[in-house]
Amino acid sequence: MSDAAAVTVLVFVAALLQATLFSSLDVLGGTPDVLLLVLIGVALLRGSVQGAVAGFGGGLLLDVVTLDTLGVTALVLALAGYGAGRYGETTGRGRAHAPVLAVVVVTVLVALLGFFLHFLIGEEVSVRRALVESLLAGLGLNLIFGAPVFALCRAVLRPFQPAERATEVRLLG
Amino acid sequence: MLGLLVLLALALITISFRESESGPLHTAQASVASALQPLTVAVERVARPFRDAYNWTEGLFSARSDVDRLRAENQELRQLVIQNESALQRNVELKRLLDYQESPRFPHDFGFVAASVTAQPSGAFEQAIVLPVGSKHGVELRAPVVTGEGLVGLVTRVTPNQSRVTLLTDADSAVSAVDLQTQASGVVEHGQAGDSLVVTYVSKSDNVNVGDEIVTSGWRRGDLASLYPPGIPIGRVTYASSLNTDLYQQVQIESGVDFSSLESVLVLVRGSEDANR
Repeated sequence: MSDAAAVTVLVFVAALLQATLFSSLDVLGGTPDVLLLVLIGVALLRGSVQGAVAGFGGGLLLDVVTLDTLGVTALVLALAGYGAGRYGETTGRGRAHAPVLAVVVVTVLVALLGFFLHFLIGEEVSVRRALVESLLAGLGLNLIFGAPVFALCRAVLRPFQPAERATEVRLLG
Repeated sequence: MLGLLVLLALALITISFRESESGPLHTAQASVASALQPLTVAVERVARPFRDAYNWTEGLFSARSDVDRLRAENQELRQLVIQNESALQRNVELKRLLDYQESPRFPHDFGFVAASVTAQPSGAFEQAIVLPVGSKHGVELRAPVVTGEGLVGLVTRVTPNQSRVTLLTDADSAVSAVDLQTQASGVVEHGQAGDSLVVTYVSKSDNVNVGDEIVTSGWRRGDLASLYPPGIPIGRVTYASSLNTDLYQQVQIESGVDFSSLESVLVLVRGSEDANR
């Protein structure tokens, strides 16, 4: 299976499972966001562009399946995928703590951006529920679910070997 | 690339937000959702035993305080595999729905469409569920949704094969309600925490007691009428007080519906024949 097909299948399955299973697993007011975790895994392994495209596609699928306002989740996850990818390409490259840090930061930013977007389109949202109760519990669950999801991502998407990476530009003169 | 995706997403949000339900984007979304529905239902069915296993485990933790019930439950549950337990619970729930439909409490002049929950929006921004029944099955916009335990919410979006229900616990939900014992009236809205509900605009001169049952008022004035038929249970009063500084009484209620683990519901259909799904 080609790399793009593997990413597509991963994101597609994650989006369907998120809509049908994980969104209803309420633990202490929060739910795990497996689609976001898969997205972070893809972005860290494949970079910002694939992360953004995967985020947009996965978010759009989630919006369609849940009959939500089209584009909201797609926008949030596209930015999340791009951000996680850029982190993986720059300061996070080769760092063991990169996935954990990415999960923490991206989960918080996704909650804030989602809250802001829903506020903009006029949907009343409880700040306490969205940014305190749900976020803390969701963050904990994402950290717990992160390890197996990243292991799955690494198994499906083989990390690039050093020889496959872009070689540095040799300065002449 | 990111700029293109962001622009595309913003365009989708703008069009989706501004156009009517019959617009081309909504129609396309409904078509794709309908095409994906068999897949969603299949995934939901595959995932159901896992969700039931989780609910079963969670139920065990919360039942620790009730030792006798837990012992009896443990003895019963040990003899059953999770799959069988799942089927049993589902049958019980459907039976409860059927009992409710046949009881005098079921609203007059209403039929029903029974449906199981297939999806929920992700995140804490919306309290909603998606049902695999739509306008083809008789579901209409603004149709009330109930279970045997009480009011669940209102249909806020309908496609030919699916519908989206905004739950009573959503910040946008509000229901005219009345105290069944004292006839005190108010509006049920979401509370500050979790799935809590409060009754607002209850006059201080009205009498509300802990334990009173709150039901939909189903008011009608001329051509205007409540979206909900009268007499649907919403919950029981758990706290009522009025401070001198408040304009209205503070009333908290607890719904009999477990909004976090909804599986099957009834969509009320005005004046139509019953349909099951």
